Amino acid sequence: MAIIVNHVSYIYEEGTSMAVHALKDINLQIPDGQFIGLIGHTGSGKSTLVQHLNGLIKPTHGELYYNGEDYYSQGFDMKRLRSKVGLVFQYPEHQLFETDVFSDVCFGPKNLGLSKSEIELCAYAALKQVGLEDEYFYQSPFDLSGGQKRRVAIAGVLAMKPDVLILDEPTAGLDPKGRDEILDQIARLRQETGITVILVSHSMEDVAKYVDRIIVMNKGGILFDDTPKQVFRSYRKLEEVGLAAPQVTYIMHEINNKVFPVDTDVTTLEEAKSEILNALRK
Amino acid sequence: MLRDITLGQYYQTDSVIHRLDPRVKLMTTIVFIISLFMVKNFIGYIVAALFLIGIIKLSHVPFQFIIKGMKSILLLLIITVGFNLFLTPGEAIVSVWKLTITREGVKIAASMAVRLSFLIIGSSIMTLTTTPNNLTDGMERLLNPLKRIKVPVHEVSMMMSIALRFIPILLEETDKIMKAQIARGADFESGNLIKKAKSLVPLLVPLFISAFRRANDLAMAMEARCYRGGENRTKMKPLKYYKRDFIAYGFTGFYLVFVIAIGRVFFIL
Repeated sequence: MAIIVNHVSYIYEEGTSMAVHALKDINLQIPDGQFIGLIGHTGSGKSTLVQHLNGLIKPTHGELYYNGEDYYSQGFDMKRLRSKVGLVFQYPEHQLFETDVFSDVCFGPKNLGLSKSEIELCAYAALKQVGLEDEYFYQSPFDLSGGQKRRVAIAGVLAMKPDVLILDEPTAGLDPKGRDEILDQIARLRQETGITVILVSHSMEDVAKYVDRIIVMNKGGILFDDTPKQVFRSYRKLEEVGLAAPQVTYIMHEINNKVFPVDTDVTTLEEAKSEILNALRK
Repeated sequence: MLRDITLGQYYQTDSVIHRLDPRVKLMTTIVFIISLFMVKNFIGYIVAALFLIGIIKLSHVPFQFIIKGMKSILLLLIITVGFNLFLTPGEAIVSVWKLTITREGVKIAASMAVRLSFLIIGSSIMTLTTTPNNLTDGMERLLNPLKRIKVPVHEVSMMMSIALRFIPILLEETDKIMKAQIARGADFESGNLIKKAKSLVPLLVPLFISAFRRANDLAMAMEARCYRGGENRTKMKPLKYYKRDFIAYGFTGFYLVFVIAIGRVFFIL
């Protein structure tokens, strides 16, 4: 059990007229090695929740545990936690500051107090993991394209060798090609290293293809926490909270209702294709 | 952490003070600040305090909220008080090592502390109850006569309103970048002064870049809407005085006369 969230609530600006109840009694268990999609509408509390997991926000009520240790107990090493639970913020390219790509990626491991050669090895490995070519390593990060900058920023977190990688809307503002590239890279990374990945998004389409568990948040609470298939079965309910199931789900439901019986539980285009072909063969 | 800075922030609620014309609030604030420097005795400060408390009560802004904003000037306050306390020549009361506290020093330090904190509270009441847009509108109207001597009043107030508008945005941005760097193991708190200053680089560089980016975007958006300064520009909501504004002016005038009168009376006594 890597991370346990126990009855966590969080209130912004408590005690003023602007008080917002951002999280309401959240209970979660995040085991090692899972690929999780955290989905919710804007303002549903998903960003607030992931900042809790990283120890950046202290819950108003409730506890958080990492490998059985309470985040806010005496002697808990918060710096170590932050290297073990890596958080990539929304638009992470806005946090780049160094004169060249390589030194920027070195920032994280340097803060962990590693030796120079270790730092450089970590940075090199991380840049390779996000698929950035060597020719960019000593360029200014500000000269790169949007997608490349984002890779560098993700590498900056990966260089700390986290066990859990949290990505807050990693594809926001990217074109479809850039989006697919980043998501494929993350999926490949997870396959190679076996780390836990939490992908925060508001788009079911993005995550359906990759994750093995979906957590849907609405108004600071958890609405669904299940496998993608199970979650998409309640697509009507998802629509009510301003989300939608992948388009494939809708098409399959339509085909099932109007043309011929198919399995409506498929979540990706590939599965849908083979399912329709199968149905046609019968 | 950064959310605690309430200086220049607007507090959304409905009250008489919120509804007042911004010009009234600006003038009252100026009068209040002037009055603070005319007051020469204890009674005067009590009158000023009562005036302030009355306005805070009317404004429906929680007192805690205002006090929270004071935290950011605490250091300034301590330094001012310290300097005045130890460096004013006069009759010595306590003397430790090379530092001497004088009777005059205590007096000046106390009145300085009261003046400074009243000044900050008074002006933050104005910004807490007036939206930045309203405030600069009011300022533009008040400064309008200066246009005759070729002062670019509209441009100045536009710059002011942009600056005010960007305070919360940049604070939020700072908060975000700070968190992002903390997540990468940055440490902004420990170490000596030089180490602390160095640790600000990962915060300041992205912040400046984002400020320039935003400025560029804003300039582009303004140009796309054919903004060319104040000439022939009309307002969507022109400022208009209501009865309550005249009453408020009356109160302010009364307060000023009262403070001056009290100073005189006690001077004679």
